[in-house]
Amino acid sequence: MPIDVPARVLANRRLSDDYNVLTLDAPAIGAAAEPGQFVMLKPGAGADPLLRRPFSVFEVLRDDRGAAAAITILSKRIGPSTRLIFDAVPGRRVDCLGPLGRPFTPVAPPSDAWMIAGGVGLAPFATLAEALAARGAATTLFYGARRGDELFYLDFFRALGVELILTTEDGSIGERGRVVAPLERRLAERSAGAALMLYACGPEPMLAAVARAAARYGRPCQISVERIMGCGLGGCYSCVVPMRADDGAVHNVRSCIAGPVLAADRVVWG
Amino acid sequence: MDLSVRIGSLTLKNPLVAASGCFGYGVEYAEVVDLSTLGAIVSKGLFLEPREGHPAPRIVETPAGMLNAIGLQGIGARRFVDEKLPELRARGATVIVNVCGTTLDEYVEVSRVVSDAEGVAAIELNISCPNIKEGGIQFGCSLNGTFDVVSAVRKATPLPVIPKLTPNVTDVASFARAAEDAGADAVSLVNTFLAMVIDVESRRPKISNVVGGLSGPAIRPIAVRMVWECRQTVKIPILGMGGIADARDALEFLIAGANAVQIGTANFVDPFIWGKVLGGITDYMERHRVARVADLVGSLDAREEAADPTRPAKSV
Repeated sequence: MPIDVPARVLANRRLSDDYNVLTLDAPAIGAAAEPGQFVMLKPGAGADPLLRRPFSVFEVLRDDRGAAAAITILSKRIGPSTRLIFDAVPGRRVDCLGPLGRPFTPVAPPSDAWMIAGGVGLAPFATLAEALAARGAATTLFYGARRGDELFYLDFFRALGVELILTTEDGSIGERGRVVAPLERRLAERSAGAALMLYACGPEPMLAAVARAAARYGRPCQISVERIMGCGLGGCYSCVVPMRADDGAVHNVRSCIAGPVLAADRVVWG
Repeated sequence: MDLSVRIGSLTLKNPLVAASGCFGYGVEYAEVVDLSTLGAIVSKGLFLEPREGHPAPRIVETPAGMLNAIGLQGIGARRFVDEKLPELRARGATVIVNVCGTTLDEYVEVSRVVSDAEGVAAIELNISCPNIKEGGIQFGCSLNGTFDVVSAVRKATPLPVIPKLTPNVTDVASFARAAEDAGADAVSLVNTFLAMVIDVESRRPKISNVVGGLSGPAIRPIAVRMVWECRQTVKIPILGMGGIADARDALEFLIAGANAVQIGTANFVDPFIWGKVLGGITDYMERHRVARVADLVGSLDAREEAADPTRPAKSV
């Protein structure tokens, strides 16, 4: 059951000119959140901006005894709300509604897990990597960004034993180009009998390409979509994704309650 | 303290109603709100058959408001009755069904379907959705059309009939009068204001339907004025709405002449708004020694001397 917490900003760490990690005093949401779930944040009081914005729960910070103490969100500054989040000072109140949505389903051995992230699409994978590590699943992160200085939290994933495959559009770190290229090569190399689950989050063209690759190699794939979202609870019908049902018909599905994690092979790409 | 209000033959336990299109089918909110504590909920608009609505993007935020063109995506009246109504009934919700139609016959047929079901308290007639060409606005923008559709549904159902009026006309009050003359038990107003937002970089409209309906605090003063005008014109109850985000906003509508109020966009921002607004209204009633919320309805003091700016403002 989602709760609304008038959370204080505990810390705001700027990762670059556009990206920041905001720490919010919302332990109850952290305790309940599962990997892939999201919160709806209202970073400013009043009517402008009016609506909340959805953010993946990036990390659940824990105290010495392992209890949830706070959550963080990874944000990229693109509009008025993310600007408020980028500029938020400790002590500021950010209304935080969550946890919301359907989470990832983590796999366990003998299945391996491959996570594919593009840019701010890294956000749901920190908690997923922890869940996969706890199950002992061998995990790889394919992570692409525009530039090397926009690849974040690499040590976090390394510490969990996650294999990193990095790409940048300018070639400053890792392979030059898009993250789907090394993914395709690895898929081609992998023996068909070895179980594998793909998880992807990032820009729409990347998700579509990952979904196509997964289908070509017959691999199941869970994607986390990001849509313009009004309420996060299924009330407004703004965040719909066209999806194919069992009978072949295409229906607009609310990604806030049916997702944000969706089966890639059901999504109808534009 | 008596918070109940009467809408025709229907008594609501309080004047707060969840607006159509802003509360799903109600069941979506059952985890965060005790549905039985609301005056009523109005379902998402329902045609006879399911509809998929418009492609995304369907909403865009504007200063103190938002534009939407969902396109009346919905599961259709029969599936609503079969799949949603039983849970709403079990949870003690007072359910008003928002009825849509592309033709007069469809309005009548959908009204019959929901009237035959157990647990529907009233029908809100959607003759004002600005976002689909064939769905209602052609009735809601013509006095004769409004009269005809209300008359036809009036004959087809024993339930209270509440046409929801569009503000996209020259004189909303004349449409309230047409509805009253046709036998409406109440009117809901206002639906959204037809509006448009353009991305200047791409020169593309920001929503797929090009135009959409503006809602939220930005429209509230216009909506209050329209409710007040209708109150001068008709005797039937009014469900007032448009940008209500707190108790003072709701009180404005009641004082202007609304018998109940609907909350829509603000529920997106704060799904826990209902208890806060109701608490604010009861605080106000205590401070002003008002025993019945119905006594606030149309209680505007419009005397000229009351508007004297040199008089000390009464704190509310």
